[in-house]
Amino acid sequence: MSLFPVGLEHYLVLSAILFAVGIFGVVTRRNAVGVLMSTELILNAVNINFVAFNHFRHPAALAGQAFAIFVITLAAAEASVGMALVVSIFRSRRSVEIEDVNILKW
Amino acid sequence: MSIQDIFFYILAAVIVLSALRMVTSRSIFHSAAFLAVVLSLVGGLYLLMQAEFLAAVQILVYVGAVVILIIFAIMLTSQIGNLGQSQSNKLSLPAVAACLLFLAVLVPMLVKHPWDQPAVVGANPSTSSGLVAGATNIQNIGTALMTTFTFPFELVSLALLVALVGAIVIARKDPEA
Repeated sequence: MSLFPVGLEHYLVLSAILFAVGIFGVVTRRNAVGVLMSTELILNAVNINFVAFNHFRHPAALAGQAFAIFVITLAAAEASVGMALVVSIFRSRRSVEIEDVNILKW
Repeated sequence: MSIQDIFFYILAAVIVLSALRMVTSRSIFHSAAFLAVVLSLVGGLYLLMQAEFLAAVQILVYVGAVVILIIFAIMLTSQIGNLGQSQSNKLSLPAVAACLLFLAVLVPMLVKHPWDQPAVVGANPSTSSGLVAGATNIQNIGTALMTTFTFPFELVSLALLVALVGAIVIARKDPEA
């Protein structure tokens, strides 16, 4: 892979790095809000893949961009429900740390 | 080496650095700011790939709505006193190892794959029905959403409605309590 010109591989590698960073954030964050923010990173990596395949492989089609729009919509819905859950957990347990939320643990 | 390539490398470098700062930052508020940077620059990547409408949607929905929502959640749930506390748990080292392993497997595969070969048998590149020659990106996306993707489009609007009602039900105070 050469550095120039920028092609599909470069976007895919960038997206893979972003995905790995997002996974790292989901696994290591203690704050529930931080975990939700890291999932946004993962969804963005997926969107970059969608648009890159659309642009480099099928420039005449629009399926990649349309699906990226659907992913953005669902990410917004997921964020709103997730934040509502965080606020609700904070109200009952006075904490948003993942380790303190263990009522389902036996 | 065109100007677009240089822009791609600048955007990619800043995106990766900001994402790393986002997951390692001690203050959750700084993380939200770095998330806003990452999301805006991903919008810049969409512009480089000639997806103008998607770039606008990215800025409007992600930076305009989702980041604001996250900052509201941080301000509603922040506890005073543990700001200097470490934000990551004991899994840091295994998580770094797992992510590096993941990249070590995936990146060589992505780099070596012959992407220029014709698509696999059965793949139909002519899914561009309703694409009007000479129309702009926005016109084409609007036509595609209303013709080819009508069902997913309606389904997503239903999912948004359910998420809206669900968020209100989950976050409101218990009337009995």
